[in-house]
Amino acid sequence: MHTLTVLDIERVRGQFPILSRETKPGVPLIYLDSAATSQKPRQVIEAMSTYYERQNANIHRGIHRLAEEATESFESARDKVTEFIGAKSARQVIFTRNTTESVNLVAYSWGRANLGKGDLIVLTEMEHHSNMVPWQMLAQERGVRLAFVKVTEEGLLDLGSFHDLLENKPQLVAFTHMSNMLGTINPVKEMTRLAQEVGAVVLIDGAQSVPHLPVNISDIGADFYAFSAHKMCGPTGIGVLYGREDLLDEMPPFLGGGDMIKRVQLETFTVNDLPHKFEAGTPPIAEAIGLGAAIDFLTSIGMQAVHQHEKLLIERMLDRLEEVPGVRVYGPGVEHKGGVASFSFEGVHPHDVAQILDGQGIAVRAGHHCAMPIHEKFGLAATTRASFYLYNTVEEVDSLIEGLYQVKEVFG
Amino acid sequence: MDDLYREQIIDRYKHPLMKGTLEPNDYSYEDDNPLCGDRIRIDMRVDEKDIVTEAAFSGTGCAISQASADLLMESVVGKSLDEVKALTKEDILELLGIELGPVRLKCALLSLKVLKAGVYGLDELEEELARI
Repeated sequence: MHTLTVLDIERVRGQFPILSRETKPGVPLIYLDSAATSQKPRQVIEAMSTYYERQNANIHRGIHRLAEEATESFESARDKVTEFIGAKSARQVIFTRNTTESVNLVAYSWGRANLGKGDLIVLTEMEHHSNMVPWQMLAQERGVRLAFVKVTEEGLLDLGSFHDLLENKPQLVAFTHMSNMLGTINPVKEMTRLAQEVGAVVLIDGAQSVPHLPVNISDIGADFYAFSAHKMCGPTGIGVLYGREDLLDEMPPFLGGGDMIKRVQLETFTVNDLPHKFEAGTPPIAEAIGLGAAIDFLTSIGMQAVHQHEKLLIERMLDRLEEVPGVRVYGPGVEHKGGVASFSFEGVHPHDVAQILDGQGIAVRAGHHCAMPIHEKFGLAATTRASFYLYNTVEEVDSLIEGLYQVKEVFG
Repeated sequence: MDDLYREQIIDRYKHPLMKGTLEPNDYSYEDDNPLCGDRIRIDMRVDEKDIVTEAAFSGTGCAISQASADLLMESVVGKSLDEVKALTKEDILELLGIELGPVRLKCALLSLKVLKAGVYGLDELEEELARI
């Protein structure tokens, strides 16, 4: 199979208004930075505008028409998330600001209630800063130890090192489903099972996986799972924390305020039921509705089709990068890789690569992609990263390669 | 071709005039920008009247950071230390002859920060850096 028949690309692209803009006169936009944030289809933008134009009201407790409609739209978005990720109950789906806040919520609430001096958290060397720094903060505050699963030269998790670390009986094991730098898709189900067998609680950072792969969290079996809407065709400002219900029930609340309480007296309060217990204050209502619309959109296409499409793009990309002299790609081959290619260009700084590509309308990212430790591991300060989504085409991959030849011309 | 990569910048990047180190020196300072991995060291010699007689830079980084360091080093030779202290962001942009967005501006200004860190005492430095 070498033609892109898994989805109707022209129809898909037609639904993203931004893809028809030019970056400067005569230069169309080629957006290859979806691992940072995805573009938004019309139906997401319209769902949010419609909410503001027709339903805007604060949710819960309002006894008027608008408040009831807004509450229904907001909670129906939660139901869509529940179904999309294969959670058993909407009580397990907590709206946060983003993946980072979801991880922080677990670190503050579960972490501070359950971990103390001498306890062990196992992370991996390929984590995004958002699944590293909250644990470092907890470690510093509580004297918790951190250990890291090694990453192989090829860019895979070293499962031997994972097994070794599990022998120390960690209380928590947290890892990414898919690396935002290497593109590595980790064997999360197997890792979850092994970690739980030694009694660890498992948290998975799904920021890069939920947007791009079919994900069923009940099947994976993770205790906590975090992701963001804005990387999956939804708006910024809303993310999700999925949690095992008994753990969420036992955990102390995170932020205090309205909505997370059942009853407040001058000196005390009673916490609300799940999931509201962890949602203090007016939530991002329009954003939740936007996330619901994004899920409708992705579901109408099918996550398997999205994944297959990106696989074809990354295959093409890796093939063609091989022909460009001086380019080195990091991360595993296509069988273990999602639609992310981070590379270095001999003798040319990633900023310069990205800047020259920008002149041709090609948006890529240059830097450490919030994963400094894994860059350091490969002896890099920064890389250039192209990342794909369902709206990218083979022609865009080819344009990127032509762009790299231009870089070579300028700096060669 | 991108405006940012005018001939002068690429030429200075590939064939810097002021690259190297000075040993001994009167002023030497090194710093990096961990976000992009750029690292620049600046060395200077001054005469008895505090006029810069020689200057050199070394390090690695993107074309903008390296070219700006090269142009800056060239421009400080013959200046008094007071004149060096008075250099601003605008002077760097004038040397480069381009407009820069906020991200690339950091690349362009790294050499100026290192230079100022070298010539100011550490007490004065933070105050001064806030002004760059």
